[in-house]
Amino acid sequence: MLRLDSITKIFGGLTALEEVSFSVAAGSITGVIGPNGAGKTTLFNIVTGLYAQTSGEVVLDGKNISFLDTEKLASLGLVRTFQNVELFGQMTVLENVMVGLHTGTKSGIFSCAFRLPRQIKEEKFIREKSMEWLEFTGMTDMAGVAAANLPFGKGRLLEISRALAANPKMILMDEPAAGLNSRETVELASLILKIKETGITVVLVEHDMDLVMDICDPIVVLNLGKKLAQGSPREIQENQEVISAYLGSD
Amino acid sequence: MTEKKRQIIVFLIFAAAALSAPFFLKDSYLITVLIFVGINTILAIGLNLLLGYAGQISLGHAAFFGLGAYISGILTTRFPLDPFLVMILAAFCAGALAFVIGFPILKLKGHYLAMATLGFGIIMYIVFNETVSVTGGPSGLSGIPYLSVGPLVFDNDWNNYYLVWISTLAVMLLAINLTQSRIGRALRAIHDSEVAARVMGVNARILKVQIFTVSAVISAFAGSLYAHVVTFIAPASFGFHFSVELLTMVVVGGLGSIYGSFLGAAILTMLPEFLRVFHDLDIIVYGLMLILMTMFMPGGLVSGIQMVTQYIAARKAKRKDEHAQA
Repeated sequence: MLRLDSITKIFGGLTALEEVSFSVAAGSITGVIGPNGAGKTTLFNIVTGLYAQTSGEVVLDGKNISFLDTEKLASLGLVRTFQNVELFGQMTVLENVMVGLHTGTKSGIFSCAFRLPRQIKEEKFIREKSMEWLEFTGMTDMAGVAAANLPFGKGRLLEISRALAANPKMILMDEPAAGLNSRETVELASLILKIKETGITVVLVEHDMDLVMDICDPIVVLNLGKKLAQGSPREIQENQEVISAYLGSD
Repeated sequence: MTEKKRQIIVFLIFAAAALSAPFFLKDSYLITVLIFVGINTILAIGLNLLLGYAGQISLGHAAFFGLGAYISGILTTRFPLDPFLVMILAAFCAGALAFVIGFPILKLKGHYLAMATLGFGIIMYIVFNETVSVTGGPSGLSGIPYLSVGPLVFDNDWNNYYLVWISTLAVMLLAINLTQSRIGRALRAIHDSEVAARVMGVNARILKVQIFTVSAVISAFAGSLYAHVVTFIAPASFGFHFSVELLTMVVVGGLGSIYGSFLGAAILTMLPEFLRVFHDLDIIVYGLMLILMTMFMPGGLVSGIQMVTQYIAARKAKRKDEHAQA
């Protein structure tokens, strides 16, 4: 579904990624792991169009999306969440999710200002659909809370709800478990599995090994900007190169 | 749905108050002041859409106001054109100009955007001031005709009051609709986190230019109204000084609040009228107001009112509790 073809990214003199290639199968939960500085977030930023790669191609469903603008990708079904949780703090939880439906809806400035019948209908659709997604992630009772007042774990959940509202084919999650306590991480794991069941492909960058080993298959390991290994959780756990990359070797 | 109903009621009360105000004011001077409050409310709403919602600053908005005023003024004094048609043309020209300069300018952020819009405002001011053969230069342009619809000529305060305030209420209603829609949410999303908005498919670059254009169109409309109401325009009304005054209105009233724009416009229009002593010091007063508001009430007076009502409600609830315990 998503194919990365020898992606290289050079910042100034620093090679952040070197010839990284792998594919993500539709309907999978693919994990991308690696020690700090391995280039995981850079890879996400390239796929989602925030950075331009130095060379290489990103292909989504047979379409080369390498140099498309970030805002185009959502309409192609590719959305992401951020490591530091990027919410619209001044807006309520419900409004945040409603922004998620921006791509699926069309009303322009004119029809919004004059409240044309089509816009009223669309607005109702946006509200209902957003409430459905809040129910999906179990946040219905917080719909009216300002996003900035949410505890961190709930903020992360809201970010996922908002991404789901964009009706994506694929969600990229950048360290979704970072900053969560163990109970929240368990809940996150079951939510990710639930997302997979709806047919959405998930790619996660993650440090929490338990989470990755539990729900991801396959797993891609990056180290120092290069792909070190790819395989099932079992294969990765037994891979000597991976073990030495994480633990250091003599 | 109750929230929606509450909003409709608030707007209706506001509209009723605005439209009945002249009946209670015997003083025609006050009516004149309120006409300017109306025009400034339109301007503040225009700037608030850009600054309070999309989070993009403009220190040159007086230029669009001036552009509307001058296009209306020049074309209706020199040619036998329908003033309403010219008004539409003026709004269109201001919008087109905003659209064209919006693409390069709105790529800038923060201080740089402030500098670029400031520069634009100064350039336009120089144009108004120096093209003497067209604009009349520093001594201004006089003899602009009053607006008229059939036999009704808007040539006195009473008529002009309704002309301006019906326009103001219309702009308010459209702005409220816009801010509570998909577009309004996208604008606030850009304000809070541009990168997240883009990831959710909001085309921030285009939307910023669009709202800048809308903002310019609204400002030019206010300019045309101003020209026909006052019938005399001079560059001094459209300079940097007025851009800062507009900015102060928006910040004092409340960023991201349409009623706040009215509140800010009302205060900044009436204050100098009643406190003539400030006349030469008003820019210092604006500066102080900006500093104090951003320090102590960043949400503007609207948020201040909310804080007070919440405080009163909390005290009432507490008193009730104490009563129940006793």
